[in-house]
Amino acid sequence: MSWLHTTMNSTLGKKVLMALTGLFLILFLVIHLLGNLQLLLPDQGAAFNIYAHNMASNPLIRVVSILNFAFILTHVVYSIVLTRLNKNARPVGYAVPNKKSAWASRNMGILGTIILLFIIIHLKGFWYELKFGKVPFVEIDGIMMKNGFALVQAAYSNPIYSLIYVIAMVFLGFHLSHGFQSAFQTLGLNHNKYTTFIKKTGLAFSILIPGLFAMIPIIMYLKSIT
Amino acid sequence: MILDAKVPAGDLADKWKNHKFNVKLVNPANKRKYEVIVVGTGLAGASAAASLAELGYNVKAFCFQDSPRRAHSIAAQGGINAAKNYQNDGDSVFRLFYDTIKGGDYRSREANVYRLAEVSVNIIDQCVAQGVPFAREYGGLLANRSFGGAQVSRTFYARGQTGQQLLLGAYSALSRQINTGKVEMHSRKEMLDLVVVDGQARGIIVRDLVTGEISSHSAHAVILATGGYGNVFYLSTNAMGSNVTAAWRAHKKGAFFANPCYTQIHPTCIPVSGTHQSKLTLMSESLRNDGRVWVPKKEGDTRKPKDIPENERDYYLERKYPSFGNLVPRDVASRNAKYACDEGRGVGSTKLAVYLDFADAIKRDGKDTIAAKYGNLFDMYQQITGENPYETPMRIFPAVHYTMGGLWVDYNLMTSVPGLYALGEANFSDHGANRLGASALMQGLADGYFVVPYTIGDYLARMPYDKIGTDHPAFKEAEHQVKEKISQLLSINGSKTVDQFHRELGLIMWDNCGMSRNAEGLKEAKTKIKSLRDDFWQNVKVLGEAGQMNQSIEKAGRVADFLELGELMIDDALDRNESCGGHFREEYQTEEGEAKRNDEQYSYVAAWEYKGKDQAESLHKEQLEFQNVKLTQRSYK
Amino acid sequence: MEEKRNYTLKIWRQKDANDKGGFVTYPLNDISTDMSFLEMIDVLNEKLIADGQEPVHFDHDCREGICGMCSMVINGKPHGPKDAITTCQLHMRSFDHGVTITVEPWRAKAFPVIRDLVVDRTSFDRIIQAGGYVSVNTGGVPDANEIPIPKKIADDAFDAATCIGCGACVAACKNASAMLFVSAKISQLAMLPQGKVERASRAEDMIAQMDEEGFGACTNTGACSAVCPKEISLEHIARMNREYFTAKFTAKKS
Repeated sequence: MSWLHTTMNSTLGKKVLMALTGLFLILFLVIHLLGNLQLLLPDQGAAFNIYAHNMASNPLIRVVSILNFAFILTHVVYSIVLTRLNKNARPVGYAVPNKKSAWASRNMGILGTIILLFIIIHLKGFWYELKFGKVPFVEIDGIMMKNGFALVQAAYSNPIYSLIYVIAMVFLGFHLSHGFQSAFQTLGLNHNKYTTFIKKTGLAFSILIPGLFAMIPIIMYLKSIT
Repeated sequence: MILDAKVPAGDLADKWKNHKFNVKLVNPANKRKYEVIVVGTGLAGASAAASLAELGYNVKAFCFQDSPRRAHSIAAQGGINAAKNYQNDGDSVFRLFYDTIKGGDYRSREANVYRLAEVSVNIIDQCVAQGVPFAREYGGLLANRSFGGAQVSRTFYARGQTGQQLLLGAYSALSRQINTGKVEMHSRKEMLDLVVVDGQARGIIVRDLVTGEISSHSAHAVILATGGYGNVFYLSTNAMGSNVTAAWRAHKKGAFFANPCYTQIHPTCIPVSGTHQSKLTLMSESLRNDGRVWVPKKEGDTRKPKDIPENERDYYLERKYPSFGNLVPRDVASRNAKYACDEGRGVGSTKLAVYLDFADAIKRDGKDTIAAKYGNLFDMYQQITGENPYETPMRIFPAVHYTMGGLWVDYNLMTSVPGLYALGEANFSDHGANRLGASALMQGLADGYFVVPYTIGDYLARMPYDKIGTDHPAFKEAEHQVKEKISQLLSINGSKTVDQFHRELGLIMWDNCGMSRNAEGLKEAKTKIKSLRDDFWQNVKVLGEAGQMNQSIEKAGRVADFLELGELMIDDALDRNESCGGHFREEYQTEEGEAKRNDEQYSYVAAWEYKGKDQAESLHKEQLEFQNVKLTQRSYK
Repeated sequence: MEEKRNYTLKIWRQKDANDKGGFVTYPLNDISTDMSFLEMIDVLNEKLIADGQEPVHFDHDCREGICGMCSMVINGKPHGPKDAITTCQLHMRSFDHGVTITVEPWRAKAFPVIRDLVVDRTSFDRIIQAGGYVSVNTGGVPDANEIPIPKKIADDAFDAATCIGCGACVAACKNASAMLFVSAKISQLAMLPQGKVERASRAEDMIAQMDEEGFGACTNTGACSAVCPKEISLEHIARMNREYFTAKFTAKKS
């Protein structure tokens, strides 16, 4: 085994992969949110569609997008590997469970699984449809492009679909509430001068980002019924 | 038989240096041909095992705990003395030697004590190099504090956990040697017999506490670092597992037991709360710096302490010892607490306690200052008793803490059985009749790191390389007897538990051979112990099987040995018709009520030889000669 | 003031490592509130022996919170409901009259049960043996004051060094991870100048051994630190992570 393989295959190495991929996905969430917030602009989706079109045609973004999928996959695969390792570390469990820690921190696996299911629904509904489905075209500034806005608009006019999105964001919030600061801890960034700041930022992040994401289906649904 | 302590000739200050030069050495290439067994992994055992392995010997180490790191050295709070003179306050090797001899009430061997003081300085260097986090000053250098019995600040400490940190240092050195393969570690194995072949210690018999298996281990020499026997009193500050078994079985195989009656009673312990009490918790003596000891003047006064007015309180230490007051030595403080309780003036529900009151100190210095000094002790007290010592006085009572007696050893720390060594609290050598605070850790590490690694070579150099096989009849016979004893214990199936016997023994010992003793009580106790021992072998109830983990068997074997040791302690206390240090005979006291030594007749080490079952042990005297100190009578008035 | 209380005890009984084991319920009355938890078990054991039943086996030694031997999970929490103490320092006044108390052994693959509440923690010893020391032989070391150490660093190192090796961290962790224990030792020695010489190999070797013993990974839940009788901080785990990756990525290949 090479030293790198040994390193990354240790429990600490696996955790660091979780932390690094997690932090990348956190960053991705911010970018994704900024793009999506354009759905709420009062321009009949023009800005959003241009953004989506650019994303689909920029080769750099394509690379990032592939990386993004790779990171999600790594995050998921390593979480399964670690969960199995952790389960093996305690073959016989306790009759009385221990509750000396935050609920989210003890249930990252469940939260993550729900988020993964959501991602699958999400990709099927939008990414797959946009790429392979029959999406109407729209002409903006003389360029023909897929009308993603219309697709989203149609989807969020369904209250159940919107509700699923909102609920998923709650789970994401809990996942982030632990994941954000935990990633820093795993990377060895725990210092009494900075840790409070990291923890507070993490908490704010885990409320703000999923909150803003959840606003999109809520607003678009409300718009669709008025 | 005359005991030969093998003290080297020459000036006191040169003895150790000369001796180190004169002892035989084992060639480095030959060291690996020798095997040494070390029993016990406290400060003395772990440091000896590690140091011997570093030298190249093959070591087999044994402990009954689940890990060598748990030996009871870990519980020492206060600190460790060393004649470093870092404080520039006039300390020196001679002063530490002098204080130790005087503190021991002139009942220890000069040459051993001087060597202890001499190597004390190396101990601190060694521990720091290992990464022991001693307390430090802001400049980054080591801090010191003062401790009872000394007028200089020579005590090194690591908060209130010095023993823990030193033990973890020795444990880490031991762990390193286990990793190199030079030490074979056997935890959860208890030594149950010593094997002597042709008059030399050649191995031990152990019981695996997990499987119950009895096995033999052969070696060229055996080191016992198995601690003290304070648990003969049932209640003591010792750990629950601390026992005399290894030392006692060695005694029965020929090792003389010296000064068994010297017991140190610590004055500031949390009192017994009821019959369920399993052990006693010590609180640092430093509390007496600010706390005032008192009891009600009236007998049987049941008022709450705050309802007893000042003029109805008896601050008896301040009254009797105006110059030292609450800071009199351990034995004096302990004895006076006992007297107060004997007079019916004890406090608390059991009436076996005195008050240690901080009200004046809190008024004078403020609660915050007191909390900064003693916060953790106050918390511990509240945790155990449920009372808040900031508001109501603490209740304290003396408890058995340390045993100065132990296996007799010569200057090389070898017992009267060639090839058998005893280190640390298990031997008798350095503290005389009373040990000074912060000296136990010093002695354990001195013996293990710096004495036995030199002296054992002198013995091994004369030994053939061949080991005796464990199929030798001596091993087989010893194994057989160990098994016999266990099956006997299991077969009695009487009506009393081991703990009941232990508690009864403890009470007899505490009442008659504790803080103060008299001939009449001692004689009575001897009879009582004899009948208790007979009762034990007829009426004890030990359940379960021999071939598995069985904590009842473990306890039963230990208590059986305590029942024999107790009688020897009584014999020793009866023989010593004087008072000295931890041995206070009521018949021998000054007009002021202080211990009165009889240097003329009792300036000797009493070394007892086992003569067989139910036979009186025979006494051998090692005369103590004092050429470097002048014997004086203590006074704390 | 002392009171007498009654309890129902649900205790894990297991004859040996091969036995499947299970809970046995014992009613226990007239327990003094001044008793320690272990003294309460002593009382139970005396009763059991009198009734001809084998006593509950449990590890304990110093009974003053420093040896690290006692190891019981009480109502789901290692060392019981109170913070910053060991089982032996827990007193019965912390339990209301009439309650049921469930007592289980430490649970981890790396801590197999030996009997009842007794587990085998030699995996901790093997981790220390892998590198939890400064490699100095006896003798030949410099004078103690030749190694000045800033007070703050000495104090921080001490905070890590207070670990008693009880294993409550492993018992509490949902992953049975030993990171807090391992990090306390790595951290103590990494902070001190004496330990810096071997910091790289120490971190690598101790963590390799930790993994080999079958402990789980850290999920940073903080349960370990919350139950630690010595309140060892999670900061040490972060420092251990730094030590490990610094070692792995910067130390030369061996």
